[in-house]
This record gives sequence, C-alpha cells and structure tokens, in this order.
Amino acid sequence: MSIVTVQLGQCGNQIGFEVFDALYNDSHCPQGLCSKRENEVYQESCKERFFSEEENGVPVARAVLVDMEPKVINQTLSKAAQSGQWKYGQHSCFCQKQGSGNNWAYGYSVHGPRHEEPIMNLIQKEVEKCDCLSGFFIIMSMAGGTGSGLGAFITQNLQDQYSNALKMNQIIWPYGTGEVIVQNYNSILTLSHLYRSSDALLVHENDAVHKICAKLMNIKQISFRDINQVLAHQLGSVFQPTYSMEGSYHYRRNPLGGFKDPELYTSWLAPVNAFSAWKTQRAFRKYEKSAALVSNSQFLLKPLDTIVGKAWNMFASKAYIHQYTKFGIEEEDFLDSFTLLEQVVASYCNV
Amino acid sequence: MTQSVVVQVGQCGNQIGCCFWDLALREHAAVNQKGIYDEAISSFFRNVDTRVVGDGGSISKGKICSLKARAVLIDMEEGVVNEILQGPLRDVFDNKQLITDISGSGNNWAVGHKVFGSLYQEQILEKLRKSAEHCDCLQCFFIIHSMGGGTGSGLGTFLLKVLEDEFPEVYRFVTSVYPSGEDDVITSPYNSILAMKELNEHADCVLPIDNQSLFDIISKIDLMVNSGKLGTTVKPKSLVTSSAEALKKQHQKPFDGMNNIVANLLLNLTSSARFEGSLNMDLNEISMNLVPFPQLHYLVSSLTPLYTLADVNIPTRRLKPSLQFISWNQEGWKTSLCSVPPVGHSHSLLALANNTCVKPTFMELRERFMRLYKKKAHLHHYLQIEGMEESCFAEAVSSVSGLIEEYKQLDATLGTPVEDLPRLSVAV
Repeated sequence: MSIVTVQLGQCGNQIGFEVFDALYNDSHCPQGLCSKRENEVYQESCKERFFSEEENGVPVARAVLVDMEPKVINQTLSKAAQSGQWKYGQHSCFCQKQGSGNNWAYGYSVHGPRHEEPIMNLIQKEVEKCDCLSGFFIIMSMAGGTGSGLGAFITQNLQDQYSNALKMNQIIWPYGTGEVIVQNYNSILTLSHLYRSSDALLVHENDAVHKICAKLMNIKQISFRDINQVLAHQLGSVFQPTYSMEGSYHYRRNPLGGFKDPELYTSWLAPVNAFSAWKTQRAFRKYEKSAALVSNSQFLLKPLDTIVGKAWNMFASKAYIHQYTKFGIEEEDFLDSFTLLEQVVASYCNV
Repeated sequence: MTQSVVVQVGQCGNQIGCCFWDLALREHAAVNQKGIYDEAISSFFRNVDTRVVGDGGSISKGKICSLKARAVLIDMEEGVVNEILQGPLRDVFDNKQLITDISGSGNNWAVGHKVFGSLYQEQILEKLRKSAEHCDCLQCFFIIHSMGGGTGSGLGTFLLKVLEDEFPEVYRFVTSVYPSGEDDVITSPYNSILAMKELNEHADCVLPIDNQSLFDIISKIDLMVNSGKLGTTVKPKSLVTSSAEALKKQHQKPFDGMNNIVANLLLNLTSSARFEGSLNMDLNEISMNLVPFPQLHYLVSSLTPLYTLADVNIPTRRLKPSLQFISWNQEGWKTSLCSVPPVGHSHSLLALANNTCVKPTFMELRERFMRLYKKKAHLHHYLQIEGMEESCFAEAVSSVSGLIEEYKQLDATLGTPVEDLPRLSVAV
C-alpha cells in the first residue's frame, strides 16, 4: 500500500525533504523495546509505503518534486543525496526558471495548463512503480503562488485522473502576522478549490508550530528548518503504519471507548464510532512511548474565519485585484470562493 | 534562474550604473571563490570567450572566462561613457551595447524624449533585443536615470514605452533620482513632471531616490566615522558608500558615496533571487505584494547597516511594527530571507515600502513646476521641439495630480474608525 508524495513550491519541497528524512530515520531506528520480528514487520510496512528499492540498495523516495524556479529543488536533491541513506529519483523533478510571484492566479491559470502534461506524466511514472497505490500526499503552502495555485490545479487533475485514489493535502497555514501580503487572497482561493477536489486537508499552522519550538523546545532563534523538522516529526508519527504484511488487524483497532468528555463529540455520532485508535508495539523513533492525534473539529474555525474576514476586507477595497485579473481570475471567482468558505464556516459553527 | 538587464541612461544613470557593476563584481568575487560561472552570476553577467569574433562567444557553464555585464549604456554626450570605457571596468562592457551622441540633451526633456527618441529608436530596439537574446529567461529590466536632466529623464522614459511594447512580459523596475530643492538645473521641475507621467503609465515599479536624502546619509556617516565615537572602528570594507578604489583616497569623485548607496540598494534587492535562502523572494513577488493598485507603484527604500562597527550585537526580537498600516492590510508585510549578505557585512536589512509619504514629495515637485509654468518661463525651449505642445505639459501635471489624489484618498482613511464590512451570509 504505497503513497505517492507530490511536493510543490518552496515550502512543499523543504518540508517534503524533512518528512522523508524523518520517516527513513524512524524505520531504521534501533528496535527499542519490541521484538526483532515486530521491528522487521514495522520496517517492511513503512518502507514500502514511502520508498521504492533502487538497484544499489539506496531507497528512493516515492515523490515528485515540482517548483517553478530551480534553487529549492536543487538544494533539496543535494541534501538528500548527501545523507547517503536515501535519495530522490533522478528524474522525479519538474522545474522552471521563473517562479509564480506569490500570485495564485499565475500558479493556477498559467503554470497549471502550461505544464500539466509533464507534471502528470511524472506522477504517472511514480504511480506505475507502486504495487498497490493507496493514495496521494500533496504538500503545499497556502500563502505563495506555486504551492497554492499550481497545487490546487494539480489536485484537481489528480481527482479527474485517479478518482479512486485518496488525496490528502498537507497545507501550511501562514503566520497570522503576515509572510506574504496577499496571503489571505491566495489562501481563500486555495481552500475553496481544494474543498472541491481533495479528500482530506491536514493543516499545520506556522504560528502553532512556532509556539512549539519556542515554548516546548526552547529554541532561541527559530528558523524555518526548525519549524519544518517539528512538522515532519509530527507527520512521521501520524504516518505510522496501520496495515502490515501480517494482516490488517495486526495493529489492532483497539476501541478504548475514546475520550470521556462528551463535549468532544457531536450529537449524531457515538464516541465509539467517532474515535479510532491504532496501537503498535514498536515505538516511534527513539521514544519509549508516543501518541499522535488527528482530529476533525472546530479547532480551525477561528483561523479560517480570520482569514476569510481579512481577505474580505481587502477585497472590498479592490486592492491587488488587478494582479489576479490579468491572469484570468475574475472578481466572480473570488466571490465564489468567499461563498463556499462562508458555508464551511457556518457548517462548522452549527456542529 | 532568471536574468536581468540594466539600462543606464544619461550622466546620473551611467555613474550609478558604474558603481553598481563594480559592487556586483566584488560581491560575486567574494561569494564565488572557485571562479565557476554559476546561475547566480549569470543573472547579471554573461560568460564570454573573447577570442571568438562576433556573437558566438557565449559560454554557459564551467570556468569564468571573461564576464560581460548584461547592460545597455545610453548617453547623448560622450564624456561619461568614455570615462567608463577607459576606467577599470572597461572590459566588463561590451562596446556593441553602447549608444552615444555628441551634443547632449541640454537639460531638455523634449530633446531627450522626442528628438533623440525618434532618432535612436531603431538602434535602441536592436541593442535591447540583442541583450534579451543572450538571456535564457529574461525577467526584468532595471532602468537607472535621473529625473531632472534631459537624457536620463527624456530618453530614459521614452525607453519605457519601447520596453512595454517590445517585451510586455518583462518587468520594468525604474530607479529614478529626483532633484533636490537646490538643484542647479532650472528646468528640472519641467523635466521631472514630464517624466513622471511616463513613469505612472509605463513602469511596473519605481524606486524614487532623493538626492538630498542621499547627501544627508553621507554626512551622517562621515560624522560617525570621523568622530571616532566610543572608540569603535569602522571596518573599511563595510562602508556602503565606498568603492574599493576610493578607500585609498580621501576625496572620492563627487557623488561616488551617494551612488554607491543606490548600487547597494539594487544589489540587495536582487540577492534573494540570485542566492539561496530559507524564504526566497523573486522580483515578480515585489511587484505582486507591494503594488495594490496599478498606478501606486512608488516604493520607498531604506537600507541598514550603512557601515559595520567592529562588534555588532543583533537583538533577537521580531520586528514589532509601530507603523500605520491601512485598514484593509493590517499585516501588510512580505518577508524574505537570504543566506548571502552583502560584501563586508555579516547581515543586512533592506526595507521597501509603498508609503503615502511620497505624496508630499510629489506635491512639492508639482509646486515648483507650477511656479515656472504660470510664468511660462523657459517654455519656448520645449515648444520649439517638434511634437511638443502645451497640452503635453497639461497632461503631465494632470497625471501627477491624479496620482496625488489617489494617495490623498488613502491617507484620508487614517484615523477614522473602520468597521469590518458585513460578511456574506449564506444558507447552510
């Protein structure tokens, strides 16, 4: 059951590298407290999902790297090769010379159609290497131009071409204090398009991860490398295998009954159905015990509401709109996005 | 990786351009220890085998043979360009990329724009096309000129229209030096206002440079350096105002210090596009993030440090803005991080702001213009040029007034409590 990863833009590629590194290091960790057999089973399950075997034994990440300018991809490829432990495929990247200029419209309407064929071909090649495709993992940011715009376009294409495979998008929520001035526009356009074509959106907020680095890890001068590594660590533990060669109940679905607090659940789903747990004997990386939680809750309601509010205020003054209309994204497209997201906000509110 | 072409027009443009190329060479020499022609260098330089005659000499990889600047030098009198071609930078310029004349524009925008514009249009187009052909992926034209004279102002802005028509997808970043109040060119207000209309309409981004401010900066630095404050020593290589040669002499050429600041600005601006960093910023992102409305594309720049002291302590707090942002753009920040600092510095910060503080500058310029125009002083020098009529003046000042009005409207929102607009209400 393999997963093909698509890394888009600077953020997607920088994080993608850290994720593969974390996954590789996890599966090659000393076995800790579990049995040797257990460890082998775990390693088998992990490797097959994210890496394919190369002739000289160096595992190759099942990934396609896409960026509209070459600097980041070059860095990512060389960092992986330097590690000596795993690498990216030689022909797994697609690169152009000039970036998307933080412009969602440029990423979606210009780069998308222009480069659709070569990018989808690369993904197809990666899919063909898999015995059994479980789905796609797409890593992108929302604030920029390539990850966000081209990411939305590619996800749509994946929906059309591989409608049976699951698509999970890892989206990076930008800092509230601003990294890119038009990040709110880019974000709402991304989210509204992904809502229609993606199966799941796994969200990481830069602000939240930053706080983890500052408060929990006491890092003094937090760099993007630190943030990306924390993120990759979290994703790695989320990606621990639930299936293995031994059978699908090897990592027992262990209904503990879930959390006791009724506030955590909706009225129309009993806790025993809302909560699923998987347990493995083999610990994640070097920890003795660890736990990872993924939840669908009202947690993101506030950030979503904030972004929609700010984008709406800016839209009302018509600022920066000419930068989008010149590449084919009209005011109606903005309004459609706003409408869809207001519905999402309202739905979460009603839960 | 993309390339940029620098077009330096007029005396001011060429002198600043000279400082720019000197600094660019020093920067790449510091970063590129092995002498390999890489993508970073290729953004501003071509690698040429000078033994090959004609056009076939370009080398795209490997060791550096001979670097040629991606530049077009234009001046309607020969003095400045000739000096450059006899100076230490003579080998950096391709002498097929020059356009010169003898008589100069006489500080007359109309002569630069109308007379020399039409006379040299074909040649200009040819040189620009040539420089574009040498680029793998041309992203931006950097035009450097002054507003107060005749060539830089008139021919420099004539160029903008040519560039817009011929290369519509390539960005036009214009570095314009605005005349100070005590400028000795009497007609500089006319030249500046006539030029501003062109900037409003045909430039993507303008970096206005104020001569008076540059002069103040130089004075401040001189004071700091000479006063020997607190016994600190200024590291010689780190003076943003100095070029390598001038360090030896006490008296540099006049304007050298000021020109070096502008050169530093331009290099710093493009660092993130040329070198690696954890949060890259390309030139097209500058335009995207800082230009909310097409005409409001004037970006005020500030640079720090201007010199490095022997021991510098960098406080590790995040920038806390005490600036007044407009209501619909409360977090109007675009940040970029580049790993390669400028020559002689361990770190540096460049800030570009789209700020309504340019409004008073434009209003003052308009004021000086009106004082002359009401009396019709010196107008005949312009009107005797074919293609110039009084309506040109009227249109120009109207264009500037329109711009000032747009800034005024944005300023008017300051201080008034702004409510969030009612959001869309949807049925679920």
